[in-house]
Amino acid sequence: MSTATLRRRPLVKTILEGATDDLLVIAGLGSSNWDVTEAGDRPLNMPLWGAMGATVAMGLGLAIAQPTKRVLVITGDGDMLMGMGSLATVAAQQPHNLAICVLDNEKFGETGNQATHTSARNQGPTDSGAGADLSVIARGCGIADSATIRGEAEVAQLVADLRRKSGPVFRLVKVMVEKLEFVMPPQDGAHLKDRFRQALLGQA
Amino acid sequence: MNAPTAPDWRDDIFAVLQAHEIKQVYHVPDAGHSRLIESCQRSNAMRTLALTTEEEGVALAAGAWLGGQRSVLLMQSSGVGNTINLMGLTKTMRLPLLTLITMRGDYGEFNSWQYPMGQGTPKVLEAMGVLLYSVDTAEEVKATVDAAARSAFNGGQAVAVLLRQKLIGIKNFGKK
Repeated sequence: MSTATLRRRPLVKTILEGATDDLLVIAGLGSSNWDVTEAGDRPLNMPLWGAMGATVAMGLGLAIAQPTKRVLVITGDGDMLMGMGSLATVAAQQPHNLAICVLDNEKFGETGNQATHTSARNQGPTDSGAGADLSVIARGCGIADSATIRGEAEVAQLVADLRRKSGPVFRLVKVMVEKLEFVMPPQDGAHLKDRFRQALLGQA
Repeated sequence: MNAPTAPDWRDDIFAVLQAHEIKQVYHVPDAGHSRLIESCQRSNAMRTLALTTEEEGVALAAGAWLGGQRSVLLMQSSGVGNTINLMGLTKTMRLPLLTLITMRGDYGEFNSWQYPMGQGTPKVLEAMGVLLYSVDTAEEVKATVDAAARSAFNGGQAVAVLLRQKLIGIKNFGKK
């Protein structure tokens, strides 16, 4: 059983507080999308409704295209596990303006809270994971600035690192398993893309 | 260090990518594309990214386009299967995508393991709504890749150019 105490919704709200046009956000599918949207839907958010495993790579493509903007990827452990190779692809590029925040509740929230591989082992036949540590994996892939956040006291530094520290920055945040309301952004992918490009580039 | 100097259809592709202001080039190691990849790596105007799996290339292309840059995904037909789920992004987000695919399991292929994905490549791409342009001869390469880039970046389509094995040459592993 996870001993996490941080709550994802207020945490994401704090991370995104006072976001300006210099902050570009890619949110992974499911809970991370709803978290980012509750913090405030904005054109410079690209909340994903699918494309599992693609979030970090999308953030990397954007970070390279927009070197003067801060790109923040906020996603969950399930999405990150599906795209682990992209951490090595990020490390190979060393984008100075990319930060990755993985909200790790050790569960596949959208499908009924089944254990992901980040759950501990030996928790019974239906709830056991592998004890996989995504922060260690990120460092092992070549992202030297990788850390795990567990407590409220570390949040202020987490926010500063995600918003401003020279990247690539990887932060794994252990969060509670919670049943939360769905807070949904627009669903149309072409609309989300067009409004993002309109806000960023002045053209769809 | 191998620096062949004779003109080559891969150099034609490089010229087209330059003309269309491609800024990000995604690839896995590939014998068929190697000369083109090296040209891109040497270019100051392009950023080349080596992938762990081809599907990253589709996600990267989406991110690049969100940020206002054009990109190209270079892969083998054997990598196409890895991209199929994410190819759906090009429809969902109405994204342009340009991918150049060196074919295996296509024309006189020696390695039987290459045939299933090679023969499946046009069908699965078509199923995901990707437009297919096919090239059999060196003379057609330049015009075809240019047309594909126009369809992608002006017409907003996902376009794959299949560089057929007839063009690339049959890999025979020393067998007669």
